[in-house]
Amino acid sequence: MTDIRRPDHERRHEPPSGPTTTPASEDQAAGNPPGRRGTGRAWTRLALMTLGPVMGALLLSGLLLLALGVDPIAYYGFVLERGLINAYGLQATFTRMGTLLLIAAGLIVAFRAGLWNLGGDGQFLLSAVAVAALAPLLTPHLPIALVLLAGLLAGAAVGAAWSMLPALLKAYQGINEVITTLMTSFLGISLANVLVKLAFHDPATTVPQTRTLAVADRLPRLFGTTVSSGLLLGLGAIIVVHLVMTRTAFGLKLRVVGANPRAAIHAGLPVPMLTVAAFAISAALTGLAGAVEILGVQGNVRADWNPAYSLTVIPLVFLARFNGFAAIGFVFLFSVLSIGGESAARRTGVPNFFTLVVVAILLVMLGIAEYLDKRHRTARR
Amino acid sequence: MNQPRAASPPPPASPLSEPRPVISLDSVTRRFPGALALDRVTFDLWPGEVHVLLGENGAGKSTLVALLSGLHQPDAGSIRVDGRAVRIDTPARALDLGIGTVFQHSMLVPSLSVVDNMALGGAWWARPDRAGLARRMALVGAEIGITIDPAAKVGALSLGERQQVEIVRALLRGSRVILLDEATAMLTPQGAGKLGELVGRLAKRGIAVVFITHKLDEALAIGHRITVLRLGRKVGEIAPDRLASLGPAAATTEIVRLMFGSDDLTAPTAAPRRDRMAPPPLLVIEGLAVDDPVVPLAGIDLAVAPGEIVGIAGMDGNGQKQFAEAVAGQRRLAAGRITLGGTSLERLDVGGRRRQGLRYVTDDRLGEGTIGSFPLSLNLLLKDVGEPPFWQGGLERPEAIAAHARRLVEAYDVRTPGISAPIDTLSGGNVQKALLARELSGAARAVIFAKPTNGLDLQSARAARQHVRETANQGRAVILLSTDLDELLELSDRIAVMSRGRIVGMVANDEAARSRLGALMSGVAA
Repeated sequence: MTDIRRPDHERRHEPPSGPTTTPASEDQAAGNPPGRRGTGRAWTRLALMTLGPVMGALLLSGLLLLALGVDPIAYYGFVLERGLINAYGLQATFTRMGTLLLIAAGLIVAFRAGLWNLGGDGQFLLSAVAVAALAPLLTPHLPIALVLLAGLLAGAAVGAAWSMLPALLKAYQGINEVITTLMTSFLGISLANVLVKLAFHDPATTVPQTRTLAVADRLPRLFGTTVSSGLLLGLGAIIVVHLVMTRTAFGLKLRVVGANPRAAIHAGLPVPMLTVAAFAISAALTGLAGAVEILGVQGNVRADWNPAYSLTVIPLVFLARFNGFAAIGFVFLFSVLSIGGESAARRTGVPNFFTLVVVAILLVMLGIAEYLDKRHRTARR
Repeated sequence: MNQPRAASPPPPASPLSEPRPVISLDSVTRRFPGALALDRVTFDLWPGEVHVLLGENGAGKSTLVALLSGLHQPDAGSIRVDGRAVRIDTPARALDLGIGTVFQHSMLVPSLSVVDNMALGGAWWARPDRAGLARRMALVGAEIGITIDPAAKVGALSLGERQQVEIVRALLRGSRVILLDEATAMLTPQGAGKLGELVGRLAKRGIAVVFITHKLDEALAIGHRITVLRLGRKVGEIAPDRLASLGPAAATTEIVRLMFGSDDLTAPTAAPRRDRMAPPPLLVIEGLAVDDPVVPLAGIDLAVAPGEIVGIAGMDGNGQKQFAEAVAGQRRLAAGRITLGGTSLERLDVGGRRRQGLRYVTDDRLGEGTIGSFPLSLNLLLKDVGEPPFWQGGLERPEAIAAHARRLVEAYDVRTPGISAPIDTLSGGNVQKALLARELSGAARAVIFAKPTNGLDLQSARAARQHVRETANQGRAVILLSTDLDELLELSDRIAVMSRGRIVGMVANDEAARSRLGALMSGVAA
């Protein structure tokens, strides 16, 4: 495998090129700083390493579209036009980013701590249902601002609560969290459905769905556009998460646990407590995403609704190598693809989830690029 | 790495009837970054003979197996099979040459049946001939006196049975040479005995066996010929006739002498380091017991005075690691008390004990001591995350961290391209210097060194020993865990011997120490 999982931060100090395994003493004896020539080559390499795979993924996806009998240029044209250029499309893109960024922030916390929290969808959906049930009940009694605040807090709390079973099992019994989070995710999705149909359904409609939050009572929109203020929450969350993980003692402790649990024990870190904390924060952010999606976009939860955002964001976070700022870029790119892809799908007859195909191909291409790069470097040595 | 090897001379023109070794290594050298794993080792393996390789960890036994099984190539010297110089560059090539290896950890697929494991490696398009394989297995098994149910799931077999399966598999593939790498390390004494008998039967059938162990009694019970490795060098070989004539007791003495250095007891090897009046002990351990599935500890008492170095000798795996971890706070005590300068430590966690001045320099430098991908500067503070002045209100202060790192790099002479270089790019000796810097700086009062020179080149080892000595000279209490008797004799004031989780004896470091330790370690005096 390539070391695509290795967080970017941990190699930020590496010189951009040149053999890193040169015997230390030799390097010092020569007293050579990394040469200019090397820096130029490093930039070229970086450009090749990022642009190459993106171009390759677009090209391969284009070939797939051709095979489906769709004009790729027309498809990409619709995607760009509807996801980026058209004002409404761009606003929809930004709104979606808010939710996805919160999920990405949650995933970064867990992944950097070496915990594969794959249960985001259950955490997301349960929070969404809880918020959708709670907010319309509170609106008659509380000012809107307080309702929204209560909704956000409730969402975070429900998400965190749903992660506690896998968190405690991992922390104190060492049970693999990949399995437990996936299982609790399926349970959470089903439970959310049951709740919508049995407990929280809106008696005023025959459709199985919760009561709807009035548009006026939702999260404020930004600057007279349709962009939900969830975007600000998302951007704020991912930047804070990035800074906490890279600049604080707490973040470093989580990273130590993630990078080498035995070293964490040797250094005397409270590994079980940190594990539970990382799970709680990760799931709380995912739950917050559910709250933002309901309070800002959907207004209610229909039965059987499951956008599976968390599983979709996982590859994006990997592409960003758990770097918050890079994740903003990838989430933006994906939001354009997914909003634009929805309308492009309607017009060209390509299934909606073709955007996922593009992301998957991109992931494979980046893996290949990294592999080739590594081989190239070993060969030069 | 792939430098062309020197052209090998033509095979000796010997008539086929004359017995000759199946495999011979001729001055084989293998280097690893910062270490010489094998240094001009010459080694012959004769058909029908059990050749025991003895040596401590890091002596080069595993490297020798890796060379023969095609996992590594020698940097210099040549390997001959049946008199022909060969290049064993892949495990498949080793199998073709008739060299089968049974590694310490089972290489079988636990979820498959025995016969399916045998069929692995066959042609992928062909349906495995299970019945035929089972027949041949039964045949081979009968010849060497073992029966294995071919339909049994490997996961349901005991470790000893799995090794039998691996041996049968090697024989089915036509191996004439079988390498057993620390095969008894995980077995019960009974299982080990059975394996010994099996090895004997293999040898009777003309198969050459390399048997690696660090248990002396096993070596004597099983081996026809014994070679002792030490720090990558072959320090002695006892041929079959000599082994037979020596008898167990004399052979033990001989081997201990080879493994742990000269028995020249008349020369003052290491006089007591210095005279002292007996000050009250600084670090006191009483009745320490630890539960452990492999080596439980019980009833360990140890008192170390300030400025004193107490060595703990013993073969590897007799509870030294468990002891160090229990004292450092990484393991729960089942019973016992630890006090440092009158303060009770046993209820404190790792951080609490560290703040009291207890330090532990681990021998697992890359596994638990450091985080390879993290920069040197952070690895130097791994045990102080969140502490001022490096973190203020939980926020990282990069200047303070960098200044601290530069100071320690300078003071401990860590050779590194920079303080932000990932620590896994440093050589082993420099990683050890970084660890020493982390553990010895600040208010250390008692320090546990676990095999401080293990795997280091000579120069780094000397530097590490110097640090151990200085630590004691600064009035700190020092516990030195080591398997290198020379090192213990050079540094310690008193030396305890640990065996099977207990301290079986304590010896003052005087002229007679070496022979008494040898006796204690080989179990003669126990």
